[in-house]
Amino acid sequence: MITTIIQRAVMQGTPLLFGSTGEILTEKSGHLNLGIPGIMYVGAISGVAGSFLYEQSVAQINPLLAVIIPLICSLVGSTLMGLIYCFLTVSLRANQNVTGLALTTFGIGIGNFFGGSLIKLVDTDIPSIALSKTSNCFKTQLPFADNLGWFGDIFLSYGFLVYVAIIVALISSHILNKTRVGLHLRAVGESPETADAAGINVTKYKYLSTCIGSAIAGLGGLYYVMDYANGVWSNNGFGDRGWLSIALVIFSVWRPSISILGSMLFGFLYVIPTYIPGISVSAKKLFEMLPYVVTIIVLIITSMRDKKENQPPAALGLPYFREER
Amino acid sequence: MKKLNKLYFSALSGSFGHIVKRDELPWWKSWLIRVVSVILALIVCGFVTVSLTDLNPIEMYITMVEGAIGTSRLTWNLFQNTAILLCVALAVTPAFKMKFWNIGAEGQILIGGFATAACMIFLEGKISEPLLIPLMLVLSIIAGAIWGLVPAYFKTRFNSNETLFTLMMNYVAIQIVAYYTLEWSMPKGSGTPRTLDYGQLPVLFGQKYLVNILVVALLTVLVYIYLKYSKQGYEISVVGESEKTARYIGINVKKVVLRTMAISGALCGVAGFLLVAGTDHSLKSDTSGGRGFTAIMVSWLAKFNPIFMILTSLLIVFLQKGASKISEVYRLNSSFADIITGIIIFFIIGSEFFINYKIKLNKKEGNV
Repeated sequence: MITTIIQRAVMQGTPLLFGSTGEILTEKSGHLNLGIPGIMYVGAISGVAGSFLYEQSVAQINPLLAVIIPLICSLVGSTLMGLIYCFLTVSLRANQNVTGLALTTFGIGIGNFFGGSLIKLVDTDIPSIALSKTSNCFKTQLPFADNLGWFGDIFLSYGFLVYVAIIVALISSHILNKTRVGLHLRAVGESPETADAAGINVTKYKYLSTCIGSAIAGLGGLYYVMDYANGVWSNNGFGDRGWLSIALVIFSVWRPSISILGSMLFGFLYVIPTYIPGISVSAKKLFEMLPYVVTIIVLIITSMRDKKENQPPAALGLPYFREER
Repeated sequence: MKKLNKLYFSALSGSFGHIVKRDELPWWKSWLIRVVSVILALIVCGFVTVSLTDLNPIEMYITMVEGAIGTSRLTWNLFQNTAILLCVALAVTPAFKMKFWNIGAEGQILIGGFATAACMIFLEGKISEPLLIPLMLVLSIIAGAIWGLVPAYFKTRFNSNETLFTLMMNYVAIQIVAYYTLEWSMPKGSGTPRTLDYGQLPVLFGQKYLVNILVVALLTVLVYIYLKYSKQGYEISVVGESEKTARYIGINVKKVVLRTMAISGALCGVAGFLLVAGTDHSLKSDTSGGRGFTAIMVSWLAKFNPIFMILTSLLIVFLQKGASKISEVYRLNSSFADIITGIIIFFIIGSEFFINYKIKLNKKEGNV
C-alpha cells in the first residue's frame, strides 16, 4: 500500500513541480506571474487539441509523433501566453497582478471553452474527448520496471514526463545557482537598476525567463491530461493545481531543487485522505486545506527569520522603468 | 551635454526611439484612449466570435445586448451582479490605493458569507428576523475583517509578502466552506446545498435584488467620500504613494495598513452577506465565483475611483452576460465569456501604457 501511496503522491506532485519550476524562473526575474493557473490550462488544452486533431486525421498513430505533436503544441500554447504577459508587463509596464489575474481568467476560459467545444467545432460524431491512444504513449514506462519489485514501482513506474519534470527542476536549479546566466537573472530580480547599470539586458532576461517559465508550467497541464487523467479532458478537472504550484514556490523558498521534494509532499497531502479508513467526505475537504496552511506557515517563518537567502526576489512585483530610477 | 544624453538613450533603447513618461493627460484624452482600446478589443472579440460561430459581428452584438438586458428579469439580474461585483471592487480599493496587494477578496467574501450562513442555519426560528439580519451583517463584517487582518498583521510585523499570503488565505476559506457545506446544509444524497429560508433579505417593491443594489449604492458613496475627503483616506493615499514620505510626516504606517485591511476585509464580508442573504440564499465553496479576482481588475480599470467603478463593473458584467448568451444560443461552452472578458481586459491594460507614456522618435529633434 505504501508503494501505491508514494506512486500516487508523485503523480499528483508532478504537475505542481512543473508549475512551480516555471514560476520560480519567472519570479527570479522579478515578475510575479499570477497567470500560471491559466497558462497550465492552455498548456493542457493545446496539447489536447494537437493530439485530438492528429488522432482524427490518421487511422494508426505513430507513437513518436503522438508524443511530439502534443508536446510541441503545448509548448507553443503556453509560450504564447507567456508572451502576452511579458508584452503587457515588461514592454507596456502594466501592473503584474492585474495582468496575471486577467491571464488566468483568459487561460482557464480557453481551456474550458475548447475542451467543451472542440468536438462541435471539428464536427465529428464522437461523444467526448478521450485520447487513450495518445495517453498510452505518454504513459509508456521502462520495459524492465515491472521486474524490479518495489524499487521499480517507486522509482521507475512513471511516464516520461515525471522524469522530465525532475530533470528540468534540477537543471533550473543548476542554472540559477551555478552559472553566469543564473547570476544575471537573479540580479535582474533583486535589483534591475543595478543589473542594468552592470550592462545586463534586463528586458531580454525578463522576457526569456517568463516565456521559458510559462512553457515549463504548461507541461504540467499536459502531464495532467495525458498521463494522470488518461487523456480524458474534463472541464475544470485541473482544479486549483495552478494556485497550488504558486504555493509550492513559497514553500520551496524559491529553490527548484527543494520544489522536487515539496511537490511530492504536496502530492502526498493531496492523496492521503483517500487512504485514511473511515474518513468522511467533508473531512477530506479539511485535509485539502493542509498544503495551503503549510505554505502560510512557511511564509510566516521565512519572513520571521528574515534570512537573506530565503526571501522573495527583492524586486518581485515591481515594474522597472529605466528613466525613473 | 543634452545631445550626448539623448544619444546615450537612443543607443540603449534601440534605434526607433525611446519611451518617456507623459505629463498628466487631460481627462478626456485619457478616456478617449480607453474608449478606443475598448472598441479595438470589441473588434478583436468580433473576429474571434465570427471565426468560432457563423454569426456576422453585428448580429453577435445584438445577441449580446439581448442576453444582458433582453427582459426585465435579465436587466435586474445584470444590476444585481453589477452591484455585488462593485461591492467587492469597493472593498479591494482602499488596500490597493495603499499598494497592499489584497488578492484575498475571494476568501474574505466566502468567510463573510460563511458567517451569514451559519447564523441562518443555527438561529433559524430562535430569534426574530429583524434582529437576526443585523446580527448576520455584523458577524460577516467581523469575519471578513479578521480574514483581512491576519495577512496585514504579518505584513506589518514581519514584512511577509501580502500578495502570496492573501492568495493562500483564499483556499483556506474555500476548504472551510466546502467542509461546512457538506456538514451542515447538504441534504443526504443531493449535490446542492439546501436553500436557507430564514433570514433572507426583505423584498422591496416586488424586486428581490433591490436591497442589494441600494446597499451597494450607499457603500459606493461612502467609500468615495472616505477615500476622497476623510483624513484616513488621505493617509491611505500617502502610504500608497510613498511609505517613506508617510513615515516622515508622522503617519503611523502600521496602523494605517491594519486599519485599511480591516476595512477592506469588512467590505468583502458585506459582499458575502449580500450574496448569501440577498441573492443565493445558500452557501457553496464557489459562491463568490471568482469575483474577488475580477473585482481587482474592475477597481484597477477605474483608477481606484468608486464612481468610475460603477461603469467598469457594469461593463464586465454586461460582457459576461452577453457572451454567455452567445454561447447558449450557439451551444458553445459557457467559458466563452471568460475569453471575451480576458481579451477586453488585456486591451484596457495595454491602453494604460499610452496614457502614461509616450514614445519619442529619434528622427526629429525637439518635436514632442
